[in-house]
Amino acid sequence: MTDSQSPQTGSLGGAERRPPPPPPGRSYNWREALAPSLISLISIVVVFGALAWVITSAEQWPRIKLQFFNIDAMIAAFPRVLQGFWINMRIWLIVLVCILVLGIALAVIRSLRAPWFAPFRLMVILYIDLFRGLPALLLVLLFGFGIPALNLPGLPSSSLFWGAVAMMLSYSAYVCEIYRSGIDAVHEGQWAAAKSLGLTEWQTMIYAVLPQAVRNVMPAMMNIVVALQKDVALLSIIGVRDAVREAQIYTASTFNYSSLIVAAGLFLLATIPMARLADYVTRRDRARRLQVGG
Amino acid sequence: MPRVQLSEVTKYFGEKLVLDQVDLSVDLHEVVCLIGASGSGKSTLLRCINRLVKADYGDIYLDDVPVTDQRFGKVGLHKRIGIVFQSYNLFPHLTVLDNLTLAPRKVHGKSRKDAEASALEQLDRFGMNSFAKAYPEQLSGGQQQRVAFVRALMNKPDVLLLDEVTAALDPELVGDVLGIIKELKAQGMTMVIVTHEMGFARDVADRVCFLEGGRILEEGDPNRMFNDPQHERTQAFLDRIIEAGRL
Repeated sequence: MTDSQSPQTGSLGGAERRPPPPPPGRSYNWREALAPSLISLISIVVVFGALAWVITSAEQWPRIKLQFFNIDAMIAAFPRVLQGFWINMRIWLIVLVCILVLGIALAVIRSLRAPWFAPFRLMVILYIDLFRGLPALLLVLLFGFGIPALNLPGLPSSSLFWGAVAMMLSYSAYVCEIYRSGIDAVHEGQWAAAKSLGLTEWQTMIYAVLPQAVRNVMPAMMNIVVALQKDVALLSIIGVRDAVREAQIYTASTFNYSSLIVAAGLFLLATIPMARLADYVTRRDRARRLQVGG
Repeated sequence: MPRVQLSEVTKYFGEKLVLDQVDLSVDLHEVVCLIGASGSGKSTLLRCINRLVKADYGDIYLDDVPVTDQRFGKVGLHKRIGIVFQSYNLFPHLTVLDNLTLAPRKVHGKSRKDAEASALEQLDRFGMNSFAKAYPEQLSGGQQQRVAFVRALMNKPDVLLLDEVTAALDPELVGDVLGIIKELKAQGMTMVIVTHEMGFARDVADRVCFLEGGRILEEGDPNRMFNDPQHERTQAFLDRIIEAGRL
């Protein structure tokens, strides 16, 4: 079929140079495509099947199954754990928005070079040293139990609120440093260009540097988003009835750990798509850079 | 009356003396080319004129007014002195149009409508109208540099500083940018040009200054400078250029 056209082009005469035709497009060959997938499928089934057989045929397996993978217990615990998980997600979203905003504000303060900014720069440096240097768990305990106990007038006294504040303070320090690396990565020429156009340092930061910095740090920031999604569970330690807490409550009354597996499943359901999204953003970012560099 | 005048300008980067008591004056409509090896201080000298680099000692005047004068404020000086860089330094996250209108809107308080109208008018002059909505990375180097020229000209400056504007371009695009500079000269723009293109310097300059070690060792009419350099260092520099086949 492909050969039938070649005599025709040849008859046009040797004077005209023609490029060879594009190689025949690879038509989808079921046999070619199927064989490798079939082999991978079979090998996956065999390997995982063997693993499952080894595990489930172990002497202790029935006890493990009863303790961790008890379907009845899972179904019984599910509504409460899901309710708790909904709290996780809400705290996550609120804290996320707060740290993204607070982090960028801190990074800008830290990066502005005007001399009268010095005291604020120093404050940010101290802030970062302090909150990045302390375990998040310690901060959650300190804020979640400590501040409500003070009964400060005019301030909320819920553990959840102060626990979330602790998470926010801790994570903002990291996020600030990420933004700052993004700001530093913006080429010096951008500052020079903006200055030569008459923009003030502040205008340069807002209109020229920061948009580029945010784009620079997107991949790194996605990792923080995923990490925060899990770390919200730290608040369970101060009595916030999140997924982990609810699962623990169930465990405490039944001595069965299947509820924790339910919580684990819910966390994975939320974090794995985020991690994939992070990978995608990183890949796309790298492709964009390569394109520009080339 | 010189348009730009530098008097005994001295600059250190740390311990390193980059500019050593440089005197330079540029007349109205005059085109001055600064030549010299890398590290001779020519780019720093250029940047001292619009205060991207602050001179440690010495005075710089624009129309006999010190550039540090309160009358310029921060914006006035940059409205009157434009600069184009080697690596274009366009803002990559903004479209061509937004690159051009950023300063007029944010610094000079023009409305978006007015700023865009005059930006499109300028783009039209450079035959770049169809690129208004494009992002810099979608343009070739030559096109980006043209946009950078338009951006520097948006404020209708009195003086234009060009910092090796062809050095990052592919050879076949250099002529395009040099054409722009010639056109600006024909319109009477006062320019100070740092360049490695000796042929171009001879072509377009009213005066050529040779820098070495942060000092202007020799200056003069381009034909005299290139054909009959007086200073032995100028001679040696030009010999190296000729050897490299660039003159």
